[in-house]
Amino acid sequence: MADAPIIPDEAEVRARWGAFRWNDDSKAKRDAILSRYPAGREQSASIPLLDLAQRQVGAETQTQGWLPVPVIEFVAREIGVPYMRVYEVATFYTMFNLAPVGRFHVQVCGTTPCMLRGSDDVLAACKNKGLIKGKTTPDGLFTLTEVECMGNCASAPMVQINDDNYEDLDYDRTIAILETLANGGAPKPGTQEPGRHTVEPKGGPTSLTAMVTENHDYRDEWNVVTQGADA
Amino acid sequence: MSLLDKDRIFTNLYGYQSWRLDAAMARGDWDNTKALLALGQDKIIDVIKASGLRGRGGAGFPTGTKWSFMPKEPKPDRPNFLVINADESEPGSCKDREIIRHDPHKLIEGALVAGFAMRARAAYIYIRGEYIREAEVLFAAVAEAYDKGLVGKNACGSGYDFDVFVHRGAGAYICGEETAMLESLEGKKGQPRLKPPFPAGAGLYGCPTTVNNVESIAVAPTILRRGAAWFSSFGAENNKGTKLFQISGHVNTPCVVEEAMSIPFRELIEKHCGGIRGGWDNLLAVIPGGSSVPLVPAKDIMDAPMDFDGLKAVGSGLGTAAVIVMDKSTDVVRAIARLSYFYKHESCGQCTPCREGTGWMWRVMERLRTGDAEIGEIDMLQQVTKQVEGHSICALGDAAAWPIQGLIKHFRPELERRINERGGNVAPMQEAAE
Repeated sequence: MADAPIIPDEAEVRARWGAFRWNDDSKAKRDAILSRYPAGREQSASIPLLDLAQRQVGAETQTQGWLPVPVIEFVAREIGVPYMRVYEVATFYTMFNLAPVGRFHVQVCGTTPCMLRGSDDVLAACKNKGLIKGKTTPDGLFTLTEVECMGNCASAPMVQINDDNYEDLDYDRTIAILETLANGGAPKPGTQEPGRHTVEPKGGPTSLTAMVTENHDYRDEWNVVTQGADA
Repeated sequence: MSLLDKDRIFTNLYGYQSWRLDAAMARGDWDNTKALLALGQDKIIDVIKASGLRGRGGAGFPTGTKWSFMPKEPKPDRPNFLVINADESEPGSCKDREIIRHDPHKLIEGALVAGFAMRARAAYIYIRGEYIREAEVLFAAVAEAYDKGLVGKNACGSGYDFDVFVHRGAGAYICGEETAMLESLEGKKGQPRLKPPFPAGAGLYGCPTTVNNVESIAVAPTILRRGAAWFSSFGAENNKGTKLFQISGHVNTPCVVEEAMSIPFRELIEKHCGGIRGGWDNLLAVIPGGSSVPLVPAKDIMDAPMDFDGLKAVGSGLGTAAVIVMDKSTDVVRAIARLSYFYKHESCGQCTPCREGTGWMWRVMERLRTGDAEIGEIDMLQQVTKQVEGHSICALGDAAAWPIQGLIKHFRPELERRINERGGNVAPMQEAAE
């Protein structure tokens, strides 16, 4: 594949990551992960453990994290399978970064539902802030990737930055989010549309209006015969 | 008559209220689940069959019938498993996300009821990796259910032991295909398996397995509480029940909303989406069921009933009820070319027709977008889509072919116009495939 990343496996990478071990926090999480699968099926934990390892690398490097080859080897030893069985998993799934990324991994959804709602403007905003697709900014702050459908289509266009989604974007809102992050702030995740809560129609829900103000229990109405309801 | 709030299943769809166990119980979840289980396995399956529920993941297979395929007497060394498909990645689809982050206890209770009915020992909920915050909610909700004894040993005091595990993916559309999901759950690349054997015979870890969509599972407890007759009072014959519709694209107010099946397209859009951007005359085409189904031109969709059979009649399908609306400002060729790129990106690489075909189709679509092609290439593209369709292990090849076939069928004049405007029949420089 032409756009496959160059996977660093040099002496420096081995020197830096060759001694990778779980920290105490990760150790507890590893045990919880392994407990979900039957004995003898430890390989099932390959994806969760790679994710855990990537997050620990991220914490140690102040980035979103990535998977150096020695870390993938470590995960393979953890679940007792050959290196290649884990390496092929790391390269198959898009959420594993095979090369270092920046502090914030800006993943703009560009698939058709987002495209129809203006993901071009979101990408233009990123470009004008100096972000280049597939690259990290020189200050190490932002890595830009165009990703495939993230499942936020009713509040499109959207971007996922590290663990949070920012939805209902346009050019200005994207700029505002990037600037807030660059200045060390924390933008509000979720929809950026003023007055919108989640995925209800803009301007207020057209159904389930009783739920807005109270945790309404509809069971009392289940057997009430309604007459003359709106046709 | 349109659907009333009291008949909506996902009452906290928009997350105005808490997803936590106490709030969910106040809304009616986990209300004497023991009594539901006391109906017995066969009775539960009968009720689901009678309700007319068809799978909500896209294929529309009757859910109760699917459950009945599982072995009635599982062997101790080969337990039955329920796998819940929360790998929602079909462009346009965004309903499972709302269930998981706002009403997770409906899903967990459904997992117990469905798992019990199919005599499963445990459920694995496979959630797509990109749903990071959603997975955090789901993990916490499952922990709440364990704490209260609702799942785990002697679930709900029923005497039945049932575990619920959450498994996060890591970004691969193909893992929404049921056998690819099982491979992924086993810690491998998500490449679909040849069938047979079907998962009900040999699925997860070689054990009998049923894979169901989140929505199919989450509606089950409410159907059991209110009865099959209640659920089947909505929708046309053979297309029963309520359904989460997800409307995106060029409507005034895109949203996710629960409506009765078979609601006419026009009513759905007028009632919940504030109409088409620029009015109904401005409607160009609609992809009514997620990216894998062919688009439908405006005149055919306007009064079509939104259900499995109604959309099949206009040459498309309900899929996941992810309605992508395109108005006349849309570059429809680009919209479909972008989907071709999506399938090229997501092809798992196992079967040659799909691996090579998706890239080939995308490159031709990109040239058709700019008109840098010959008229004859439209027919060649059509022919190639037929070579891909039906010649791969899973349906991703078909899904990549159908949007292009829909485009050629309905918008061929537009493709020809671009070629002619560009000078017509100018053969492009030949490029080596990557």
